[in-house]
Amino acid sequence: MSNEATLHSQEVIHGAHAHDHDHDGHDHHHEGNFISKYVFSLDHKTIAKQFLITGIIWAIIGAFFSVLFRLQLGFPDATFPWLESILGHWAKGGRITPEAYYALVTMHGTILVFFVLTAGLSGTFSNLLIPLQVGARDMASPLMNCMSYWAFFLASVVMMSSLFVQTGPASGGWTAYPPLSALGDASIGSKIGMDLWLISMALFVVSQLLGGLNYISTILNMRTKGMTMTKMPLTIWSFFFTAVLGVLSFPVLLSGFILLLFDRHAGTSFYLSELFVAGKALPNEGGSAILYQHLFWFLGHPEVYIIILPAMGMVSEILAVNSRKPIFGYLAMVGSMFAIVILAFLVWAHHMFVTGLNPFLGAFFVLLTLLIAVPSAIKVFNWLTTIWKGNLRFTPGMLFSIGFVSTFISGGLTGIWLGNSSIDIHLHDTYFVIAHFHIVMGVSAFFGTFAGVYHWFPKMFGRYLNNTIAYIHFWITLIGAYLIFWPMHYEGMAGMPRRYYDYSSWESFKQFTELNHFISVVVILVFAAQLMFVFNFFYSIFKGRKVTTTNPWSSTTLEWTTPINPGHGNWIGEIPEVYRWPYDYSKNGKDFIPQTVPLSPEEEKEGH
Amino acid sequence: MSGYLAVLVVVLIFVVIFQIAKASEYVSILKGEKKARQQTNRVNGFLLIIFLILGLIGVYYCNDILKGKIVMEAASVQGKGIDSMIMTTLIITGIVFVITQILLFWFAFKYQEKEGRQAFYFPHNNKLELIWTVIPAIALTILVAFGLRHWFRITSEAPKDAMVVEITGKQFNWLIRYPGKDGQLGRKFFKNINDANNPVGQDWEDQLNKDDYMATEMHLVVNKPVKLIIGSRDVIHDVGLSHFRMKMDAVPGIPTTLWFTPTITTADMKKKTDNPDFVYEISCDQMCGSGHYSMKANIVVETQAEYDAWAAKQVAQYAVAHPAPAAAPATPTAEAPAADTAHQEKVVAVNDAKH
Repeated sequence: MSNEATLHSQEVIHGAHAHDHDHDGHDHHHEGNFISKYVFSLDHKTIAKQFLITGIIWAIIGAFFSVLFRLQLGFPDATFPWLESILGHWAKGGRITPEAYYALVTMHGTILVFFVLTAGLSGTFSNLLIPLQVGARDMASPLMNCMSYWAFFLASVVMMSSLFVQTGPASGGWTAYPPLSALGDASIGSKIGMDLWLISMALFVVSQLLGGLNYISTILNMRTKGMTMTKMPLTIWSFFFTAVLGVLSFPVLLSGFILLLFDRHAGTSFYLSELFVAGKALPNEGGSAILYQHLFWFLGHPEVYIIILPAMGMVSEILAVNSRKPIFGYLAMVGSMFAIVILAFLVWAHHMFVTGLNPFLGAFFVLLTLLIAVPSAIKVFNWLTTIWKGNLRFTPGMLFSIGFVSTFISGGLTGIWLGNSSIDIHLHDTYFVIAHFHIVMGVSAFFGTFAGVYHWFPKMFGRYLNNTIAYIHFWITLIGAYLIFWPMHYEGMAGMPRRYYDYSSWESFKQFTELNHFISVVVILVFAAQLMFVFNFFYSIFKGRKVTTTNPWSSTTLEWTTPINPGHGNWIGEIPEVYRWPYDYSKNGKDFIPQTVPLSPEEEKEGH
Repeated sequence: MSGYLAVLVVVLIFVVIFQIAKASEYVSILKGEKKARQQTNRVNGFLLIIFLILGLIGVYYCNDILKGKIVMEAASVQGKGIDSMIMTTLIITGIVFVITQILLFWFAFKYQEKEGRQAFYFPHNNKLELIWTVIPAIALTILVAFGLRHWFRITSEAPKDAMVVEITGKQFNWLIRYPGKDGQLGRKFFKNINDANNPVGQDWEDQLNKDDYMATEMHLVVNKPVKLIIGSRDVIHDVGLSHFRMKMDAVPGIPTTLWFTPTITTADMKKKTDNPDFVYEISCDQMCGSGHYSMKANIVVETQAEYDAWAAKQVAQYAVAHPAPAAAPATPTAEAPAADTAHQEKVVAVNDAKH
């Protein structure tokens, strides 16, 4: 279908608002050359795709790293000669060295947490959906938006280059606690690799701030006529809260990193005190290694909500659309997200219960941490009520949303264990923690991302992803995720510590050899399923089944009032006006009523 | 060769899946979008309920085969408190887990799209929302109350009669120092550290250091509280005591402490676990570099008599550091406890350690 035909068919379907044909040229006059259209594009939709594709590339790398270190954990005695051919002396004789193992673990964490689930997730969908769903032609500042992506790209280049330096990338864990991360003599990864890591992360923070400020100003200032804050879809609310969290907490992380850089190169002692490393005493005295942890977790904890909130927002939207029912408790959903945002800033020290933190202070962090379970519980019950008595369509997006709710429950409940300091004493830094956060923020956030990709792929590329591959992808991922992470709770209950290269010499932990073996096998299968998704994604961009209607999911929100392949500026002619909230599904016998449809006289009488 | 074969097989599976996927897409176009959707809807609805059932069975099965592998009985008084806390939390969260997962998948199955069904327009209900705000809040209050009670008990001051042991982390092992018969640890300073004969940097000017001895294993007395003075020489480590359910970071420059009361001797634990190789291990639980995974020390929990016999054989580090000329004054320190076991009671009755 040609673009022109698409435009006309759109008018046939949405005859509600007649377009002024004089504006038809609108989506053409922004089309420049290849560079301005696809590389340094100012169009929020293109920038969203850039974030997504960069995120996918990073996700493959990050997940592949986990396959490599799971090989070591699952098959500690085996050798894989092909490893030596790709990793060289880091896998001498086909077995990953401890240094390489720790580098892989560290990079896996950094890549997945920051580059994939922060930039790849909220970068993609905030960019794509904010202007489309609030009814704006583009972001408040398209230039800043473009710079945000390219700062992220630069951060990616620096991080990627750190993989290739002689002494290897950072290897002190994604949290990069000093003194380990401050002293090249303490760990080979704390040499040049750590500097590159810090530079990359600084650029990443710049990217996040540019993006976040843009999202906030767009949502606050550029909503279309009639789009009051309470008529915004929950996706937009979640992106808004995510951006606020990022803008307020990323600068603190940056300050922590700058002090670390000073300690590394300027001879300061912010984090260093009374050290004897590599056979000699260092001159530093008076610093506090714990200070870094406060600065780090002041971002680090909000960070997990930065990751999970966009997923929550998208899942809320997708569940409502595919249940053909309004989201249950819209205001409670917004309110609970707000509560999560506030509490997110007040719980960081629950990562530090066993650092020697004052127990009295710890008590407050216990209280505030467990308080977060209340808004989280509200959200879960609201999602359950949303699908209750619905008319559910199991599109791939819907299945991943259901999977999200399932994993969010499973992982969220173990948060109640870990947030309680007395239990945390035993479980801290064990596999229980790994199981907890991988399920609640890793798997859940990925499910949210996948749900979003499957749901909005038609809007991004005007084509569908292949459904059969999508369903295979969903089922393998859901089952695999539980098979991988559920048994890890037991390893954690036995006290099995995280970040161990080999457990065979430990009388207390070696009974899990078979289990580790099993988990590693499942990891490889799940990784293969993700590659299938990646293939489906890139194949469908070019060859997928074409979208023939502007509103394939019969959805109420504004992005589906744009042409199938919207140009820069999104709408041809006037931006549609909004009259109602975005969740009028199955109301008054109508399957759905788009936001652009004025209230009927009866509805006005009801007092909407 | 087998590697290439494996790759080939994987690629082939991919190709087959892709062909099936492609074909089913054509079929669904031929059948019409609506009919195809109804069909996949039924399949996925069925799979969702199967997943629920198999999942719940799987949770049970997983517990069945793995529960024997976690040492269920905590070996300290404090650990028992933590275990009971875990049990309470497990019951509450377990109930919520089962109910919500059943609702989620059951609703998904039950309310799958059917011809002619109209979804129920149900945007909000204040009463329901109030219920599920208040009930979790109450449940959590209970958990917080129980949790803090244990927390304050565990983090309270160690009893006055607790024995004191110092443990210092370094890349990649643990240095264990006992206060000797005076019951007090001598001063130390990191610039005195010398790997040959003064690994923790004891200050030899301090008289309290004359009888402090270094041990390769940590020996503890059963049913006697022990207070660990924890430190680190280089990076952050963590004293992980999984059987006692205790843990505390070892931070350079900032001493930390923890105390607990071991309740089961190593010998008894060997019988209980039916494992003659059983040993209490101290693991490093905070990433500390490339040897993190091998940073281990053993703990021996024994009776007072066994402990006394062991302590008697230990040689003060001062004597190790000052061998030939200082041998004369050092020898009595090392031998005195052996001669006088009754004196031991006082040796372990210790005040707070001063650095």
